[in-house]
Amino acid sequence: MSRDSDNLVEIRGLSFARGDRMIFDGIDLDLRRGKVTAIMGPSGTGKTTLLRLIGGQLRPLSGSIRVDGQEVPRLRRDQLFDLRKRMGMLFQSGALLTDLTVFDNVAFPLREHTRLGEALIRDLVLMKLEAVGLRGARDLMPSELSGGMARRVALARAIALDPMMIMYDEPFTGQDPMSMGVLVKLIRLLNDALGLTSVVVSHDVAETAGIADYIYLISGGKVVAQGTPEALDRERSPWVNQFMHGEPDGPVPFHYPAPDFADDLLGAG
Amino acid sequence: MLHSRTVEIGVGVFVAAGLAALFMLAMKVSNLSTFKAESGYAVSAHFDNIGGLTVRSPVRMSGVLVGRVSGIGFDSETYQAVVTMNIDPQYDKLPADTSASILTAGLLGEQYIGLDPGGDLRFLKDGDEIKLTQSALVLEQIVGQFLFSKAQEGAAAE
Amino acid sequence: MDTLQNLGRWALGMFERLGRGHLFLLYVLMGTPGLLFRLRLVVQQVYSVGVLSLLIVTVSGLFVGMVLGLQGYNTLVDFGSEEALSVVVALSLVRELGPVVTALLFAGRAGSALTAEIGLMKATEQLAGMEMMAVDPLRRVVAPRFLAGFISMPLLAAIFSAVGVFGGWFVGVGLLGVDDGAFWSQMTAKVDFYEDIVNGVIKSAVFGFVATWIALFEGYDAVPTSEGVSRATTRTVVHTALAVLGLDFVLTALMFGGV
Repeated sequence: MSRDSDNLVEIRGLSFARGDRMIFDGIDLDLRRGKVTAIMGPSGTGKTTLLRLIGGQLRPLSGSIRVDGQEVPRLRRDQLFDLRKRMGMLFQSGALLTDLTVFDNVAFPLREHTRLGEALIRDLVLMKLEAVGLRGARDLMPSELSGGMARRVALARAIALDPMMIMYDEPFTGQDPMSMGVLVKLIRLLNDALGLTSVVVSHDVAETAGIADYIYLISGGKVVAQGTPEALDRERSPWVNQFMHGEPDGPVPFHYPAPDFADDLLGAG
Repeated sequence: MLHSRTVEIGVGVFVAAGLAALFMLAMKVSNLSTFKAESGYAVSAHFDNIGGLTVRSPVRMSGVLVGRVSGIGFDSETYQAVVTMNIDPQYDKLPADTSASILTAGLLGEQYIGLDPGGDLRFLKDGDEIKLTQSALVLEQIVGQFLFSKAQEGAAAE
Repeated sequence: MDTLQNLGRWALGMFERLGRGHLFLLYVLMGTPGLLFRLRLVVQQVYSVGVLSLLIVTVSGLFVGMVLGLQGYNTLVDFGSEEALSVVVALSLVRELGPVVTALLFAGRAGSALTAEIGLMKATEQLAGMEMMAVDPLRRVVAPRFLAGFISMPLLAAIFSAVGVFGGWFVGVGLLGVDDGAFWSQMTAKVDFYEDIVNGVIKSAVFGFVATWIALFEGYDAVPTSEGVSRATTRTVVHTALAVLGLDFVLTALMFGGV
């Protein structure tokens, strides 16, 4: 087993299909220890699915997913649960438990998985909340939080068990510029301060490129480009150029495939 | 977890109310309170016909409930019904020649065993048999007898 | 041919769902012994399932009992046997109406809430989030609710019947002048503890098991959108009502014979 490898996660030849639709068709990916890796691509390319495959919530059609030397699809349920205790995941919606306060949400994994006393749990929770700047919001219910605050609470919860890696699912979607800035700063800060490995799945080019050490671009079930943000920015390929600079038309057409416009208008009569 | 005190008190009240309701149904609504778990003594009696008598039918003396039917069997030698009844222990001074008859409460009511005391100085004890019995009245037989006697009266009058 | 194919597809889908429902039940049941160490979770759910249903069950029980008293009296008075009123009221409540009406009210009040809650937890990724935190939602979320429903239903049904008996007593003795002594003595003479009360409790326990199972499975199996959750909630009420009424027939036939 390659425990001493630089890569925390190694994905080789991964294929996954939903119904008849191929979502991934032989993908190779590496996530380096201690780095922030971004996985980018247009909406609907299965970026979230990729995170669920890494977390073992879905099983691939073929290929291998190796996390810290363990082959995820082959793990038994209890082994998988042990592995997940060392992974944090931040869902798009935050996925806070709506019947618990902010404090109890962050305390949730600690209470479920450890036998720590309440006093110690309190200290740990307050430390995690302080790290995301929401120590003062501990008694609020999730329904009283803004979207950005909910994500920060979810982040505090994800780091509660001091995981080795965190997966962020579209952390910037639907955020105002200020809370987006806070999240960007937090992801980088936590990664470096806690020695984490981070994976960010996103289609927000500017923010993601700003914090990522390495970027994979996925489209049509394949990795179409990879490299450091600088390298990708200089990339000549028209597709990469279109995606990275957000141009409306290019190799990915503005129009969904349709019959000729004039025919369509006249044909109805 | 916010108002765990309210929750716990509420659940406490709920469970207590539920158990109280069950207790009330058991003791006040049903016959559980009338069970005295076979603490009495058993006597048996043969009847030609027990009519609609069932296990747990009441056994009364002068209208007072003194016991209940505990078993109904069939004696294949005499072709009679054998009824065993459990008499409550406080009624231990029933004369040995007490007679038993199967009676009906009201016109269409349930059937029960009525005991009539005799004059014997010895008392019934566990395992004894009541010798003097009168069977249940079967409505069809009574009607039949009535019609038969009417017909005879009519024949005699002619 | 198309009709046949549709019929086949429908049947296969239904059997597949039935299978999933049973597997779900199996996992949930496997999760219940562990709850002995976490009774707080169950208490929390008994509150939202049982305590919050208390008001509707009590009020309904009172009115059902009063109606039984009124109807029973009007029928029995023609035969001059209005003393038997208490027997009619108590037997109808304890054997049938208590367990059945409570189960139907439970489906509307608690079952639909359970479905909506679990369905929304699924739609908002709370269940997936728990799984990623290495917490099994079937054990942590579903099993306590299941146990709470199973515990609450017989208690609710007993409260319904007891309150109903008092409703019948109020109408019969209080308003219509049936003799108070005869009311209670007739009842104790004719209602059997094992035959009637215990069987009624068994019925309501079975209904509690089935109603909670349906509600939780519909929530857990719901399409995670607002439309999917609302459909699942409706299905919970409809399926629970059908299951309870059907099972009631089967149980009645088994317990009181006649078939």
